[in-house]
Amino acid sequence: MRLSEIVTILKGDPRADRAVPPTGYTARLTLLTAAAMAFLGVFALALSLATGRLADRWSSELAQSSTVRISAPADQMAAQTEAALRVLRSTSGVASARPLDAAEQLALLAPWFGPDLPVETLPIPQLIEVIETRDGYDAEGLRLRLKAETPGAVLDDHTRWRRPLIEAAGRLNALGLFSLLLIGAVVVAMITLAANAALSANAQVIRVLRLVGARDAYIARAFVRRFTLRALSGAAFGTVLGMIAMALLPRADPAGGFLTGLGFQGAGWLLPLFIPPLAAVIAFWSTRLAALRALKEIT
Amino acid sequence: MIELNEVSYSYGGDALLSDISLRLAPGSFHFLTGPSGAGKSTLLKLCYMELMATQGTVTLFGRPAHEIGRDGVASVRRRVGIVHQDCQFLDHLPLLENVALPLTVSGQSTEANMAEMQELLAWVGLSSKLRALPPELSGGERQRAALARAVVMSPDVILADEPTGNLDWEMSLRLLTLLVELNRMGKAILVATHDLNLIRQAKAQVAARVLRIKDRRLQLAGADL
Repeated sequence: MRLSEIVTILKGDPRADRAVPPTGYTARLTLLTAAAMAFLGVFALALSLATGRLADRWSSELAQSSTVRISAPADQMAAQTEAALRVLRSTSGVASARPLDAAEQLALLAPWFGPDLPVETLPIPQLIEVIETRDGYDAEGLRLRLKAETPGAVLDDHTRWRRPLIEAAGRLNALGLFSLLLIGAVVVAMITLAANAALSANAQVIRVLRLVGARDAYIARAFVRRFTLRALSGAAFGTVLGMIAMALLPRADPAGGFLTGLGFQGAGWLLPLFIPPLAAVIAFWSTRLAALRALKEIT
Repeated sequence: MIELNEVSYSYGGDALLSDISLRLAPGSFHFLTGPSGAGKSTLLKLCYMELMATQGTVTLFGRPAHEIGRDGVASVRRRVGIVHQDCQFLDHLPLLENVALPLTVSGQSTEANMAEMQELLAWVGLSSKLRALPPELSGGERQRAALARAVVMSPDVILADEPTGNLDWEMSLRLLTLLVELNRMGKAILVATHDLNLIRQAKAQVAARVLRIKDRRLQLAGADL
């Protein structure tokens, strides 16, 4: 089918439209379904984008950093820290290494012990934040060198808990995309059902049109145009509602968890705008196929 | 224009028509008689491809029916005007739009043909009913409107299935006069009817052949007609 034919169908022919009477409840059903599915589509899209961002962030942040924990008696802590720093700074693939100060360590413990913890009086280990270069370092080699130079140092490169988190975010991302596909499939099913109902309700009209010389494409056009425009307007309404709902969600903040980051960012706000035309395309082809199939049963 | 050659039609294993041969040439006028259920409507439906022959060949405007696709059927029906007993109107459209429906579906402008449309509706005596909906018309008005719709595309052939079935005698004669006028314009006419008085009246005005379906076969009617 050429683009010019599609444009002709959407422009419509008032006389052809008048030949098929308004289709009552199927019109409202299509509008409602398209609006509801577009609303859900906005959320599924937001979920997919948010989990995608989350996976990327965790992946890049965690992949670039690791921690060296030094557990030593208080009088040896400074010396072991200095020794570990020497080892780290001379290790290929380590971009920087710095010990966390008391305030930073306190901030890490605050969620569990509150803000007034007297860190200096507790035998807590010293943490060294290690930032890797792009190529990274040889973790096993570094562990052996640290063990030789600083017996109380333990390297944690986050691998153990980084992988399942990234996998979880990736699966959530896939779930969001799958939800979008399901929503599309439901739209196809609902519009096909509504179109079939409209075609059945107008079987006599279609028969008369065929008897006076109407071609299948002419008859299908009247139904296709209606359902396409209804799906477009219903989806536009649902998309706008969904975007307003997303805009009203609480803002993401540094302390916020995953849910506060659910939403669109920057150019991501443009993506939901593709939902109404997509719904229209789905409606166009679903109705056209349903109409041409139904017409074949009428001579 | 329309030719049936040794055509049979069966449905569900029962033969409804057997070995039918018929040729509708330009300017010909045929009546088709027979009792109810004899197969008159079935024969007409074979002529405009609502049904397909199970044996034999139906040729429409030079093309065998079995070679004509769905778009081809639409093209054939633009050349064949059909008058049904139950008229087959779209009840939500006013009379003018119903009569203009063949023009509309073939992409022609009703506005451009408005003068001819009004002349046509005056010819069938419905000038004052242009905006009426079909359910608001009497039986006779509906039949005349159906005839107007059948001829609006200036078809080569007119098929009428019991066109006077719901009409009184005066109205039947009026409709017959319209059919005779169309025949004089060169249209081929085939009228299925069981109204023998109408046939006798027509034979006084036009050289019509009268065919009868008996025992599923087509035969020339006797001299009593």
